[in-house]
Amino acid sequence: ARLGPGKASVFSTTEAPTSLKNVTSYNNFYEFGTNKEDPAEYAHTLRVKPWTVSIEGLVKKPKTMGMEEILKLAPLEERIYRLRCVEGWSMVIPWLGFPLVSLLKQVEPLGSAKYVEFITAVQPDTMPGIRRGVLDWPYTEGLRLDEALHPLTIMAAGLYGDVLPNQNGAPLRLVVPWKYGFKSGKSIVKIRLTDSQPRTTWMKSAPSEYGFYSNVNPTVDHPRWSQATERRIGEFFKRKTLPFNGYADQVAQLYTGLDLRKYF
Amino acid sequence: MLLRPHGLKLNGLKLFVFTASLAPLGWYAWGIQTDNLGANPIEAVTRGLGTWALNFLLITLAATPLRHYAGWTWPLIVRRMLGLFAFFYASLHLTTYLWFDQFFDWLAIGKDIFKRPFITVGMTTFLLLIPLAATSNARAIRKLGGRRWQQLHRMVYLCGALAVLHYTWMVKADIRKPLIYWVILTALLSTRMVWQIRKAQCQQFRK
Repeated sequence: ARLGPGKASVFSTTEAPTSLKNVTSYNNFYEFGTNKEDPAEYAHTLRVKPWTVSIEGLVKKPKTMGMEEILKLAPLEERIYRLRCVEGWSMVIPWLGFPLVSLLKQVEPLGSAKYVEFITAVQPDTMPGIRRGVLDWPYTEGLRLDEALHPLTIMAAGLYGDVLPNQNGAPLRLVVPWKYGFKSGKSIVKIRLTDSQPRTTWMKSAPSEYGFYSNVNPTVDHPRWSQATERRIGEFFKRKTLPFNGYADQVAQLYTGLDLRKYF
Repeated sequence: MLLRPHGLKLNGLKLFVFTASLAPLGWYAWGIQTDNLGANPIEAVTRGLGTWALNFLLITLAATPLRHYAGWTWPLIVRRMLGLFAFFYASLHLTTYLWFDQFFDWLAIGKDIFKRPFITVGMTTFLLLIPLAATSNARAIRKLGGRRWQQLHRMVYLCGALAVLHYTWMVKADIRKPLIYWVILTALLSTRMVWQIRKAQCQQFRK
């Protein structure tokens, strides 16, 4: 269904977007299987209506909101972002969404809130991956509060002007363009503000390979492969990976004084 | 070969196995031609060729147990060819990595080999396969002598294990498929252990 076009944004890249076909047929969404083609094949079963997101934890006004209400919070913007997967491939995706801060404002975070935890949907009957294990469900991710409030961080409800396809994390997902793709949780049902750093799913699965920050960084290799280059989907030659996925001008100051080798 | 009574049949078998063994290569060539390999065709080809190198390695290892349990002799007749196909696919797999993944950036390749265990193991497997492929002819058997040749070619067991390890260490979280390969490899190798033990017991008994 049509959702866009959405307001143009100064944060959008002018790089050519990856084709809709590739954006919607090459996905990591382990709840639907671990092959890249699995989500496109199986995610049609995901129940996206009705959908509510509860925002709780260290907030003044905890709230559970329906999708209709959420979509009215802020005008939808088109954000054409680079997406860099930790596996060494990348895409350019025209998201439709709004800054996460619009959502967080609704609940009024307390001064003690330092982190934001994102918890994604578990539907055992529609998600074959949940029944098989592989990861510790529900899939959870986290950001530092200042990262979550950064204007580049959005909640996306669509791409290419349409409602988000299920395999891309319908009906509402996080998009944090300067971090590896897995940080941007799909099909989010709960957002929790906390005072301690959340333990994310991939940190539990392989702590030496996936850190809490997971900022795109060509100089810090994954233990099993180099992160210096990436293959943009649809291209033959590899590109050099950019620090913070090319968003260093906007976000590098969030990490002044932080040893990015240690806090990878 | 043609002089043998079953020569024609034999040549037919070899021709069939040869053609069938080229099918995976044909599949990927056709897939590239028709843009039918998904969003990341280079990755699909690299992984596919690796999988087939491993498949051929395990098929080769199945020849002896098949004779033992099913009484089939034809797998032994084509075993050398299948083994060479394992090497063929391993070479193509390595080539796709060197070319399309690294674009012959030898410094990056060197770093990869020393820093990343799954690459180290993959490269070791390939190096160990070279002498096996190079001695896959009658002249080499004559030159080495049957016993030494056989000892050398037992290295294929190690190659099988290293290849499955290479696969296991490459995978991110879902190791179900590598596990299937471990189960098959264990089955193929343990039958040989069982025979060895039985043989040893029989010899002891005779004494």
